[in-house]
Amino acid sequence: MTPTQLLRSLAPRRDGHAGTAAASWRTPVTMAVLTLAAALAAALGPRTGTTSFRLSKPTDVLALPTATVPAQAATVALTLVMAALCTAAALRVRAGRAPARALAPAFGTAFVLALLTWAAAGATVPVVGLLGGALALSIPLVFGAMGGVLSERVGVVNVAIEGQLLAGACVSAVVATVTGQPLVGLVAAVVAGALVATVLAVFSVRYLVDQVIVGIVLNVLVTGLTGFFYSTALAPDAARLNAPARLPQIALPVLGDLPVVGPVLFRQTVVVYAMYVVVAVVWVVLFRTRQGLRIRAVGEHPEAADTVGIDVRATRVRVVALAGAVAGLGGAYFTLGSVGGFGKDMTAGAGFIALAAVILGGWHPLRAAAAALLFGFVSNLQNVLGIVGSPLPSELMLMLPYLVTVLAVAGVVGKVRAPAASGTAYEGAS
Amino acid sequence: MKLELRGITKRFGTLVANDAIDLVVEPGQIHCLLGENGAGKSTLMNVLYGLLRADAGQILLDGAPQHFDGPGDAMRAGIGMVHQHFMLVPVLTVAENVVLGDEDVRGPGWLDMRTARRRVREISERFGFDLDPDALVGDLPVGVQQRVEIVKALARDARVLVLDEPTAVLTPQETDELMATMRRLADAGTALVFITHKLREVREVADRITVIRHGRVAGAAEPGTTTRELARLMVGRDVTLTVDRPPARPRGDGLRVDGLTVRDASGRALVDDVTLQVRGGEVLGIAGVQGNGQTELVEAITGLRAPSAGTVRLGDDDLTRAGVRAVLAAGVGHVPEDRTHDGLVGEFSIAENLVLDRSFGPPFVRRGEVRRAHLAEFARQRVDEFDVRTSSIRTQVRRLSGGNQQKVVIARELARPLRLLVAAQPTRGVDVGSIEFIHRRIVETRDAGTPVVVVSTEIDEVLGLADRIAVMYRGRVVGVVPAGTSREVLGLMMAGTPIEETDAA
Repeated sequence: MTPTQLLRSLAPRRDGHAGTAAASWRTPVTMAVLTLAAALAAALGPRTGTTSFRLSKPTDVLALPTATVPAQAATVALTLVMAALCTAAALRVRAGRAPARALAPAFGTAFVLALLTWAAAGATVPVVGLLGGALALSIPLVFGAMGGVLSERVGVVNVAIEGQLLAGACVSAVVATVTGQPLVGLVAAVVAGALVATVLAVFSVRYLVDQVIVGIVLNVLVTGLTGFFYSTALAPDAARLNAPARLPQIALPVLGDLPVVGPVLFRQTVVVYAMYVVVAVVWVVLFRTRQGLRIRAVGEHPEAADTVGIDVRATRVRVVALAGAVAGLGGAYFTLGSVGGFGKDMTAGAGFIALAAVILGGWHPLRAAAAALLFGFVSNLQNVLGIVGSPLPSELMLMLPYLVTVLAVAGVVGKVRAPAASGTAYEGAS
Repeated sequence: MKLELRGITKRFGTLVANDAIDLVVEPGQIHCLLGENGAGKSTLMNVLYGLLRADAGQILLDGAPQHFDGPGDAMRAGIGMVHQHFMLVPVLTVAENVVLGDEDVRGPGWLDMRTARRRVREISERFGFDLDPDALVGDLPVGVQQRVEIVKALARDARVLVLDEPTAVLTPQETDELMATMRRLADAGTALVFITHKLREVREVADRITVIRHGRVAGAAEPGTTTRELARLMVGRDVTLTVDRPPARPRGDGLRVDGLTVRDASGRALVDDVTLQVRGGEVLGIAGVQGNGQTELVEAITGLRAPSAGTVRLGDDDLTRAGVRAVLAAGVGHVPEDRTHDGLVGEFSIAENLVLDRSFGPPFVRRGEVRRAHLAEFARQRVDEFDVRTSSIRTQVRRLSGGNQQKVVIARELARPLRLLVAAQPTRGVDVGSIEFIHRRIVETRDAGTPVVVVSTEIDEVLGLADRIAVMYRGRVVGVVPAGTSREVLGLMMAGTPIEETDAA
């Protein structure tokens, strides 16, 4: 599933977090600016030759031919598509209605394709590499975002996602090395993340310390602890402590043989399959189960939950610990799922980007996962464009992930509503 | 089910909120618990509902002693409560709110919303409520939200139902409907505890009355007891319930509000093309159910909120978008509706709060320095004049009772020569004794020739003070009527009926 498909699949749900539906000129204006940028690029920097999109490796069972398009003509055509979508959005807004939900993702896809076609003229874009790399970068973000969604839905701001990821990464590497079992390492990551989160929960729920402050302190604490542990133990004695076996890639039968989708989504490690399951489970639990209803009630109006006999504090501690467990699993991906060893500060701010994904996704698990995938995709887009030789300066390319974040939040999503009680301690009835 | 409270005592530190309270509520009866704010009614009910633990005493249901560790226990025992501030989650649907904590599930924990919806429909049909189980609670008017609360309690099979100040947020018509519902519930065998401080409602609906004062049972009364007698029981002395006031002698231009419109961030009109005039020496009452634009209107007049259209003029001064400081300088006194939030700094002393609006310069500040002696003298004099009950002017304001806090606000606002007084909910959460005092000061201000605007959601207050009454509904002024208008007509107008259609015209 591509990010676009995922975004489209998010049927509107009546949980009060559907975002503002009011007709606003925000979306059409953002689209107009991007369309103009594309048109200017095509006009001022016309490209010669063709752009190829390689869709599969020659060894694939179902090999797709490489798609080749004339660069300039395709850029112009895609710009026209963007202009049409922009006009459609503008017309809807003028009629006093919100632009159709599929418009923004469709526009985004057209923009990315136009950018790729234009920038990679005369070269070949490895589509599987682009998407696969995007997923790889997204995995910790998605786990972190799920940890964030769970925690905030129950009313505790989880600033400590970064710490939970880092703890998961470090502990899983060590445990997997010592036991020789990467799967045991995974379990250890879950426990480590849950422990960090439990500290957050106990201090903020039991002792009413400001949630954000506890979160920040925890991040610093975990960074310091793992950094110290790394320099004093892991680095000097890497063979005994920091050389975990990487998780094997498992190709799913049939699904793994599909063109494009197969290698991107279904020839992955168990961590990635766990991610699919976690996203689905978080979604289903929050909106379809008794526990989910109670979690949302506690995060929105803890007094109301208390008066119907729900134990607000216990629920919060439990769910925050669970959120940390999820984020910890994401941390394991850094070590067991990709590089194979723990490095100092290796999460590099992924926890904060996950937090941004929670907000961009409007505290909805599926939308937050989509936002995390978007961030991963844009980061990797920048890598791939660098490799195929884009005419844009690399400094400009480095801005791309942040530019997309700003555009997505300000231009499309607009004002989102956090769970009402998120960030506030519950002291009980007066 | 018969509810019996025996010797319930609850202390908060040195304060005894409930002192050996006895109460018996029979099934099929509406038992009114009457008392002033702070008398201990809500504490008693929170003890009953398991939210607070009593220091002494017993709760018995049908003669069997109960022990509640939390609201869950109380609910399972058959006690339901409609809280003054609704305990509903606005982003959840009616059905979700009704079943929360007592959900129907299939299998390991899947929500069974179909059963939940059926439960909501069944109960609301029984009482003619017409609730949509799938509506988001936040989208519903307060009157309907209250029904959701009642359905929520009934869905848990409550046989003792406590209603804590349920009429505070309702129009008179909604109040009548609520009372009819209460009667139907009582007829069906439910024991009801109706907490209120409104004497009229007590007389209308109560089967038995227990009056609570200073945490003790001050007495029991029969339903036929006069309001004067009930007030005496409640306050502990004779009180005048109506303000003596000579007829108004309007003079001068006073305040003119023309086509005033205030919009929220999304462009919705909160105050919609309001035009009003208040002349010197008259009180304009603004009536309406809470949340119909009164707050925003007051904020626009006092400079706290910029209107998107229209003008505010005081005499020859244009105060539209003038800013708070300019509005203060023009001689506008403002008693805000929420004194703890907007009217006072709780951590500051009485003296400091008395000059909050005069921190810019003389007479209390000279060259950036507070003149303490001068301030203390002024504060002592104001505290005396306004009968603020306190041991010292250095007492933190948050330690005062609601009535005394409000007197501090009024004392401050009336300390300057005023050209306009805007008083929003001047007696909300204030004891009856202080109400009397505050009302008298407002009338005195009027008689001194100042235009006065009184915003109140209490019809009695508006009727008692106003020379003319403007009724607001959804940001608009439905009509401006003379002081003698009947409460029925006002009630209809508060629900949005234009004056021409109320049969009064």
